[in-house]
Amino acid sequence: MDAAKRYFRSPAAVIGLVLLLAVIAMAISAGVLYPRDPLALAGRPLVWPFTNPRFPLGTDNSGRDIAAQIFYGARISLLIGGVATVIAVAIGTLIGAFAGYYGGWVDNILMRITEAFQTLPNFVLLLVLVAVFGSTLTTVTIAIGIVSWPAPARLTRAEFLSLRNREFVQAGRTLGMRDLQLILGEILPNALPPVIVYASVVMALSILLESALAFLRLSDPNVASWGNLIGLGRDVLRVQWYVSAIPGIAILVTVLAVSLVGQGLNDALNPRLKSR
Amino acid sequence: MRIIGLAGRRLAASIPTLFLILIGVFLLLQLAPGDTVDALMAQMGGGDAATAHELRKFYGLDLSVPAQLANYLWHLVRLDLGFSSIYGKPVATVIMERLPPTILLMTASLSFAFFFGLVFGVIASRAVNKWPDTLISTLGLIFYATPSFWFGLMAIVAFSIYLQWLPAGGFEDIGEVRTGIFRIIDIARHLILPTLTLGLIFLAIYLRIMRASMLEVLNLDYVRTARAKGLDETRVVTQHVLRNALLPMVTLIGLQAGTMLGGSVVVESVFSLPGLGRLAYESVIQRDLNTLLGIVFVSALLVIVVNFVVDLLYARLDPRISAEG
Amino acid sequence: MSDAPVLSLEGLSVLLPRGADRSHALNDVSLSIASNEILCVVGESGSGKSMMANAIMRLLPGEVGIEAGRMMFDGRDLCTTEPAAMREVRGAGIAMIFQEPMTALNPLRTVGDQIAEMFRIHTDLSKAQIGARVLSLLEDVRIPNPRAAAKAYPHELSGGQRQRAMIAMALALDPKLLIADEPTTALDVTTQAQILKLIRDLQQRKKTAVLFITHDFGVVAEIADRVVVMQHGKIVEQGTADDVLNRPAHAYTKQLIAAVPPLTAPPPRPLSSDSILTITNVAKTYRTGGFLGRGARVTAAVKDASLTLPKGATLGIVGESGSGKSTLARCIVRLIDPDHGAILLDGKDWAKLPRDEIRRETRHIQMVFQDPFASLNPRRKAAELVAQGPIVHGTPRAIAMTEARELFALVGLDPSAGDRFPHEFSGGQRQRIGLARALALKPDVLIADEPVSALDVSVQAQVLKLLGELRERLGLSIVFITHDLRVAAQVCDLVAVMKDGEIVEHGLVADVFGRPQHTYTQALLASVPGGAFAREHQAAV
Repeated sequence: MDAAKRYFRSPAAVIGLVLLLAVIAMAISAGVLYPRDPLALAGRPLVWPFTNPRFPLGTDNSGRDIAAQIFYGARISLLIGGVATVIAVAIGTLIGAFAGYYGGWVDNILMRITEAFQTLPNFVLLLVLVAVFGSTLTTVTIAIGIVSWPAPARLTRAEFLSLRNREFVQAGRTLGMRDLQLILGEILPNALPPVIVYASVVMALSILLESALAFLRLSDPNVASWGNLIGLGRDVLRVQWYVSAIPGIAILVTVLAVSLVGQGLNDALNPRLKSR
Repeated sequence: MRIIGLAGRRLAASIPTLFLILIGVFLLLQLAPGDTVDALMAQMGGGDAATAHELRKFYGLDLSVPAQLANYLWHLVRLDLGFSSIYGKPVATVIMERLPPTILLMTASLSFAFFFGLVFGVIASRAVNKWPDTLISTLGLIFYATPSFWFGLMAIVAFSIYLQWLPAGGFEDIGEVRTGIFRIIDIARHLILPTLTLGLIFLAIYLRIMRASMLEVLNLDYVRTARAKGLDETRVVTQHVLRNALLPMVTLIGLQAGTMLGGSVVVESVFSLPGLGRLAYESVIQRDLNTLLGIVFVSALLVIVVNFVVDLLYARLDPRISAEG
Repeated sequence: MSDAPVLSLEGLSVLLPRGADRSHALNDVSLSIASNEILCVVGESGSGKSMMANAIMRLLPGEVGIEAGRMMFDGRDLCTTEPAAMREVRGAGIAMIFQEPMTALNPLRTVGDQIAEMFRIHTDLSKAQIGARVLSLLEDVRIPNPRAAAKAYPHELSGGQRQRAMIAMALALDPKLLIADEPTTALDVTTQAQILKLIRDLQQRKKTAVLFITHDFGVVAEIADRVVVMQHGKIVEQGTADDVLNRPAHAYTKQLIAAVPPLTAPPPRPLSSDSILTITNVAKTYRTGGFLGRGARVTAAVKDASLTLPKGATLGIVGESGSGKSTLARCIVRLIDPDHGAILLDGKDWAKLPRDEIRRETRHIQMVFQDPFASLNPRRKAAELVAQGPIVHGTPRAIAMTEARELFALVGLDPSAGDRFPHEFSGGQRQRIGLARALALKPDVLIADEPVSALDVSVQAQVLKLLGELRERLGLSIVFITHDLRVAAQVCDLVAVMKDGEIVEHGLVADVFGRPQHTYTQALLASVPGGAFAREHQAAV
């Protein structure tokens, strides 16, 4: 409860939450507000924003409604960002927990693998995965999850390393607890808050990764994605720069909202740091 | 000497990592639909099965997967990355041609992000919770949330199309032949926007880390000692805080090297720079898997080298490292 | 000692930010220090004694401000001195040494460089002159090999050496006043004795006034000319050391002094001839670092330790940090696996039991930990923490929770407090929860690893008393690990002295402390601060 109070005391965190809720509302209301396929032809191509009340944000090079694409794009961004984050944090926590708790050769092997993933530039790995498995919504989401787990893994491992020799864990051991009881019941609840906070970073980066992939036309072309739209707008950048500009602002606002919420959570969960 | 030995040992330890990556990616690419020969045939406008068979035999693609892998690694040991059928050249040659723009771009972006991250981080931490801090931290958050390719496009709109101050893309002007200092200036002009674009998110990260790290160090006991000695605030910061606060920044360079290389894929595509990142993109589009594997190898190598340099730098900054052994 | 005061505080009040546990860190504090005198400010944690030091240096945290009063030093009021002038006072006029020698020096710069900085900012001496002065300072504080120490980085020196370097730095410009904020608290007892002697010697040679902050009446007895006793930000008593120590006037002072455990042992209790725990030739060696076997460092943490614990007795294991006493304790409960040796408990050899059998048998032997803040999982409620053990061993949850509340009463806690989280308890209360947790499994043997060393002296006395009562009531046998000989003298029947992993001497407390045979035991006993006071104090109690 204290944490919630501390969260709402920070204006930045509240702004972040409001923005995030707005994006979520866009995603939910897309189907109601724009029942038609957002990728279907809607009118004259390249209508400037604020010139035609039917298309408040104008139309793109092939005459599709930009506003509809922005609303549907919120769905894609949140979906890919959310699911990829869950995948990355789940893999990362699992690997980090085992490496940090057991140490020794388990740690050695798991960290070698993590290091391999970190040594390979994650966007290059993403390109390889997309090249191999194709660019459907599912594969792209899983691929982003797979390239994003090393950082949460390292974080979890560091937490476990510092917690596993803490006296309360030793106390649990002298009480006769099993390893799994110690990992799940004693260490994990204490290790999780920073990982949850870091999940906001993973989500922000996932959204950015997907939009970059879509911009390069390597993401699913059959869904309305903000990155896709920016990529399309590039062809008419010299004059109709708004086609690229508008979805970019949508990405910026969403990522900003996620980051602000993450930062607010961090300050709310670690009140000690806030006072500095 | 000890420091070099230490960093060298870490370098040696990364060789298995490198092989792990190569084997992993090699096996992964076996799952890819179509191989180099398919891509080649498509480029030639089709061909019969017999030609395809001949070509596969020529490239050693008719062997079993383990045999192909062994073949590849054996060539790799002799620094032979294979042949790119798309470019009609050895992969090593293709990559070497594309390496300089990428290295130049990364160095420039890193310097830009590191320097301004440092400066802004220090300013923000010295005015914590006052308006300069709020302004810098807010800008940092916005930079962090800005998709780099979009920033690049908007920069092109503003500086190349409307203001016409800077070129919209390319590595240098191919219209005129320039030499010496003029060529350098020309390349520099071409690299300004890509550098800003790639460096922006790292600037945001560095300034945030620097600010946090400064605030943390300012609270440590030895800073209190320094104040108790009668040092003024400027000296406290320059003599006792700065170097300590820099350590996490230096660590971050190593950790972010891979991300930065990944970011150059996008930035090079936006600005049509003939670099490694763009090559990676092209080889995915053209299904030039040999080149893609070569790029994986070279970029991993690049990250390892950056980390080696970072280790050396860190050990120079922190005397405790060489003692730990 | 009757010179004009070097520093006098007149009605000094320091305001804490809103939301702190009290409104003032310091409330109407008046005191004065003459040159060539050591004034000890003594009080428990939270008494405001460290805040006073920071106030004098004008190094208070931003949200804490001086509200009223004057601090007269060298003819001016430090409360109103300009920041620039204040910087000239710091270091040159008033110097300070801190509690933690490990963190008080910049890790990235050499010791000599940091001492030299004093001269660089306050004097115009040349580089060569500064170098010579640094060396002579390091010689003054009797650092072994001063030339090498000047070139060393802090991490290359031991804790005691770092504190010597800090003292050298503080005394570099012959300040009129030296503020020492718990300068020996983080040090081992033998090192502490040396540092106290050093401060005393240098003070007498240089006629410096010293404001010495401590929580330890032993240290007060050792070093003080005059004493100020503080409680909750107020001075409750001040006077000469002799008066305050031997004829305390204020009730709080009396209480504090009474809580100091005397060094002499109470009359011995009869010991059972049955032994419950027998340790023979236990050894543990650590190997650290090294790549492919090169450059590995081998540390023998425990070497061939053999001890016997009679049923119902308390066996103390005393030693300084790094002596291996904690490793030995952890070997006994198998938190650490010993390399070889036997640990016989109840006919079973604990050193060789497999993991899952240990988990089952662990209820016979339980442990109490040192740090009351780290030893309780912050995310579990107190009752749950205590009930956890029985639940793990198959007691139904409801029964375990009821028993936990009964245990709360046993260790002197309000049973209704079981619904609170650990951070809502004080240090002493947390230690009681830790004790209840260990007792919940009804163990035969309790291993207590420095159970009171993180507590204030009055709380410490209460917890020790409780431990003694429980031993009687539950028939517990206890292994008591401590670095504090005074505590060991109070609670133990038998004592073993450890040094560098070896047990150098063991036997009945009265014998070991009364007629120490080994030179190390003798040195340890001689180093106990205020040893003479501690012995006389016993007679007075």
